[in-house]
Amino acid sequence: LQQLYKLDSAAISAGVRNREFSAEEYVQQLLERIEKIEPKVNAFITVTADGALAKARQLDKRIRDGEEVGSLAGVAVSIKDNICVKGVRTTCASKVLDKYLPPYDATAANRLFEAGAILIGKTNLDEFAMGSTTEFSNKGPTRNPWDIGRVPGGSSGGSAASVAALECALSLGSDTGGSVRCPASFCSVVGLKPTYGLVSRYGLVSYANSLEQIGPFGRTVSDVTAVLNVIAGHDQRDHTTAVTSPQYVAGRDRQLRIGLVKEFTDDAESGIKKIVYQSAEKLESMGCKCEEVKVGALDHVLASYYTIATAEASSNLARYDNMRYGFELSPEGYEWNSYYSKARSGFGEEVKRRIIVGTYVLSSGYYGKYYLKAQQVRSVLQRDLKALFKKYDALLGPTMPIVPFKIGEKVDDPLKMYLIDIDTVVANLTGMPAISVPAGFAGGLPVGVQIMADDFQEQTVLDAASMIEKASDIRRSPEL
Amino acid sequence: METKIGLEIHCQLTGVMTKLFCACHCDYRGRSPNSNVCPTCCGLPGTLPLLNKKSVEFAAMISIALGCKIPLEIAFYRKNYFYPDLPKNFQLTQYNAYGITSIGTDGNVRYDEGKSAGIRRVQLEEDPGRLVYESGSIETSTYSLIDYNRAGVSLVEIVTEPDFVEPKDVRVFLDKVTSILEHLGVCDTGLEGAVRCDANVSVGGGNRVEIKNVSSFADVEKALRYEITRQKTMVSKEIEVKAETRHWDDARKLTKESRTKEEEQDYRYFPEPDVPRVHLGSSFISRVKESMPELPDARKERFVAGHGLSSQVAQVLIDRKEMADFFESALKVYDSPAEIANWIVNDLMGLIDERQRQERSIFSSLKIRPPHIAELAKLVDDGSVNRSTAKQILSRITESGEMPSEVAKQMKASKIDDVDELATVIDSVFKSEPNAVEDARRNPNAVNFIFGKVMKATSGRADPKAALDLITKKLKE
Repeated sequence: LQQLYKLDSAAISAGVRNREFSAEEYVQQLLERIEKIEPKVNAFITVTADGALAKARQLDKRIRDGEEVGSLAGVAVSIKDNICVKGVRTTCASKVLDKYLPPYDATAANRLFEAGAILIGKTNLDEFAMGSTTEFSNKGPTRNPWDIGRVPGGSSGGSAASVAALECALSLGSDTGGSVRCPASFCSVVGLKPTYGLVSRYGLVSYANSLEQIGPFGRTVSDVTAVLNVIAGHDQRDHTTAVTSPQYVAGRDRQLRIGLVKEFTDDAESGIKKIVYQSAEKLESMGCKCEEVKVGALDHVLASYYTIATAEASSNLARYDNMRYGFELSPEGYEWNSYYSKARSGFGEEVKRRIIVGTYVLSSGYYGKYYLKAQQVRSVLQRDLKALFKKYDALLGPTMPIVPFKIGEKVDDPLKMYLIDIDTVVANLTGMPAISVPAGFAGGLPVGVQIMADDFQEQTVLDAASMIEKASDIRRSPEL
Repeated sequence: METKIGLEIHCQLTGVMTKLFCACHCDYRGRSPNSNVCPTCCGLPGTLPLLNKKSVEFAAMISIALGCKIPLEIAFYRKNYFYPDLPKNFQLTQYNAYGITSIGTDGNVRYDEGKSAGIRRVQLEEDPGRLVYESGSIETSTYSLIDYNRAGVSLVEIVTEPDFVEPKDVRVFLDKVTSILEHLGVCDTGLEGAVRCDANVSVGGGNRVEIKNVSSFADVEKALRYEITRQKTMVSKEIEVKAETRHWDDARKLTKESRTKEEEQDYRYFPEPDVPRVHLGSSFISRVKESMPELPDARKERFVAGHGLSSQVAQVLIDRKEMADFFESALKVYDSPAEIANWIVNDLMGLIDERQRQERSIFSSLKIRPPHIAELAKLVDDGSVNRSTAKQILSRITESGEMPSEVAKQMKASKIDDVDELATVIDSVFKSEPNAVEDARRNPNAVNFIFGKVMKATSGRADPKAALDLITKKLKE
């Protein structure tokens, strides 16, 4: 029996299309795999087994009938549980949305379905995407498939783990401060945060609107490219999308001018540092020019990031008052304000922490001191990076300064936890595209490198990632 | 003691088709609760606001008409507070700070003769949903229901400077603003809740009191009178006036302390990230200006200069767009401006009671239409009816909708005093009742029988004296 679950998206859609195997067989294998793996990994909040099988059979029939099918025909995708899918429970790993059934599809999800992709399940995350480890979930932590004692990164940890553990080929995550790239690095898969405005956010449950993008996961650069080609482009339901519908190609070798971000590399663990330098050498051997650069304006980026993110979050999450949807809580005997307090105590500790911080930084008299200052830092950073991208096509560095750590290790120290986002938040503050691509292992644990480019230069990011992929030949899935 | 009054007027843009940030219909009235909603205006997770460009255009028109400056760029801000009628627990509105302003600022409106009021700002925002109290009032209800049909409807808030002294002036100003809104076609001011007004008032430099829950403009005047008297009385007794929000009690005609807890709200304004700044630009502003219909001031000027109306008569006409339109439609039928204006302003308005006069739309409950007034004026002009008869006709057709000429004919016919017409009837009665005629010739008392027959034949409309004269004369022939 062919192990279909190991195939990448191009092979699956070709196989299904040419009727070498049926979508149903493939989905069936995945469901068996999920059943076997999930007790160890806990990547999924909801597995949509019945829906996936029905969709697979439907697709098989359409192919038998000679109908046209989309570019991702038959490919199983998982979707982070903060992205709405019509009629499928979307919980954000939170008690306050425990029973929530969205009445509509997120644009990105819908585009995947239109292209023939099959939803296999909704993946685990830090509650409302607030976290870097997928430990802050009311459904329990997701475990790193490479070492189930360790975190998979976050907040899209379920998405990255589901792809690494061969529970699906592709996944959609969301990246507000590194939430796609961090777990991609920790789980040794490819994860892209597109330029702000390239992918519609319609249907993505907002954490910090001005920072976040939906981004794809795959085991290869070419898989990520295939998803991006489907989800990217203008959406009339999202004012912040750019009027463009680009197509990208995978696997091109180019002679790029690459800047190696000294601040990021210097602060990384030595094993990671070594891998970053090796990646640079590999790129040079393929004709690229690499040199060390200093970004400079990095001192305040984390403070700026957490100020903006928490401010926006405090307002975005105000709607969860349990009056229109949510969880079982009778309003009998409460007056409004006390009901709000009761309902909103359903949030987890990290979410409460961020709501309180965000409420504080926006409060009267502090706006200018915090939120406005943070926006100024953002402009300065944007200006400095724009200048750098006049000299370099792309910036290279580690995705994360550390390798995956033990579950529970940092959970009680929020500041320490926030510090590990230092390399990823830059792309969110500037809106620029960034990818994490597997580049090696340090002490047996996955290490990804991050490539960042100027606004809408996704092609450059994909090209550089694909060159590292070719040169490194990294294993993408662990034994489980 | 110096009185200072400022106003906050909320006007729904009922002239746009859809809500401010989604495609739901802006006409929510009469729909069953929570049927005029979508994921966006319900604030469901993951939804994004999509700005209605028409609303921006309408808000710009209002700003221009109120003499405001319009910035080249506008932004929307979140006003964060918890209240059950707000689906997102924040309201998308505008904010004047950090180098960005609302769509209109620093305006000025002249009203009455030589008076004017400053407009602090005009801003575009979403209307919240509606709370329906089980027993009709917040104080006696054990539960309340929420209807989000209204949530997200475009609302323009007009904030004046505290430039008013007299409650009467407020009334005149509000009439003017309402007429402007009507002329712009942005708001059907006759709809319940389409235009709302809160007022704030202070006397002798004391604390400012805000008056809310005033349902009609006439009541704004009453509420202000009450509140000014209340504050002045307190001051004269050396009691400090509290800075507070008071509610207008429509039944008892007084303002009362609101029972809801007053606390200083911190709205934590910040720019809405999902609606990028809107660049208006000078071409937008000039385009809007060009597309603007005639405003009340210009129309009044035209009525005075073009139609020779007095300033007072013209003012009454333009205070309601409906009335000015009525006047102009009537002119198209019969071009006698002074006569027609006079009939509308003096006579027609005189027939309307105070309660009706407070409705924004007077004509919707009346059957009279422009052609009626036109014809009436013509009948008077050509001497067909005299003025006092015409007034009787007007009183009748206002309710019935009959044409004046028909009514005039009936009224005239009700006394057939035309000799020839009466003679014809009498002739036929003489022919059909030969025996009675013989009797009458012998016995003068029997004449009554013939007279009765004549009255019957004319359905009682024959002029009795004329008929009797003719019958007596004919009997002697």
